[in-house]
Amino acid sequence: MRWTWIDRFIKFEPGKSAVAVKNLSLAEDHFADHFPGFPVMPAPLILEGLAQTGGILVGAANNFEKNVVLAKMSAKFHRDASAGEQLTYTTLLLDLNDTGARISGTAHSGHDLIAEAEIMFAHVSPAQLPPGLTDTKFVFSGELRHLLKMAESVAKNGI
Amino acid sequence: MTRDEIFTRVRTTLVDALNVDDNEVTPAARLRADLNAESIDFLDIVFRLEKQFALKIPREDLFPEAIFQGDPAFVANGKITPDGLAELETRMPYADLTEFRKDPKLEKMEDLFTVNLIVTYLESRVGK
Repeated sequence: MRWTWIDRFIKFEPGKSAVAVKNLSLAEDHFADHFPGFPVMPAPLILEGLAQTGGILVGAANNFEKNVVLAKMSAKFHRDASAGEQLTYTTLLLDLNDTGARISGTAHSGHDLIAEAEIMFAHVSPAQLPPGLTDTKFVFSGELRHLLKMAESVAKNGI
Repeated sequence: MTRDEIFTRVRTTLVDALNVDDNEVTPAARLRADLNAESIDFLDIVFRLEKQFALKIPREDLFPEAIFQGDPAFVANGKITPDGLAELETRMPYADLTEFRKDPKLEKMEDLFTVNLIVTYLESRVGK
């Protein structure tokens, strides 16, 4: 299953900020149920996209050597986002230490503010994981690798 | 900065980080038991206090989990040993251990982390 809720990075400044976009297509399954005849992006998926943008920013600060997990967030929503819109997720790294990080983020459609959030991430070391887990670096693996490469390339060369 | 000024800033920080009301943040309020702080909230509070007071706060200063790092010399049978209490006094001179000494159960240690403790700690860091 793919669980990537951003399409591409358009700006990536390691240790500072990351901007990604997400195109909302009516072909995405969730629009069929949310809601029939009134396709709006489920708010938690907007937050997931924002958290992925910010989570990769936090991961990059330690060269993706630490697992970064979402730990806490507060969010405010300003309006619905509909199929056909493009969301821009802008995240800023506010704080970072060994234990975790805090970012602020906004989701815009054009000039419209759709949502804003503050998100806390925790760094989870292999020692803190349940015993028997085979993949101790479980966050920045699999499909996220593609996004990481994209982030690295945008950081070096721009879009 | 006076103690009152520090308290006012700490209250603002806790209201923002824990989503509690102003009047819940009394000097005696315990972060976990009264203000429902969870472990990640302690990190959030530390980050916000660092910004608010423009200083660096080492993790073990305000993180209840980080105090002993599981050292068996300091904790035995669920209680803090005399050595542990001495260590606590050295490491956290800003904590009021009077009540805790009477029954130093490990599980009660989190009750030491009150709004007052944060204010006293910051007072020691930023001066009066």
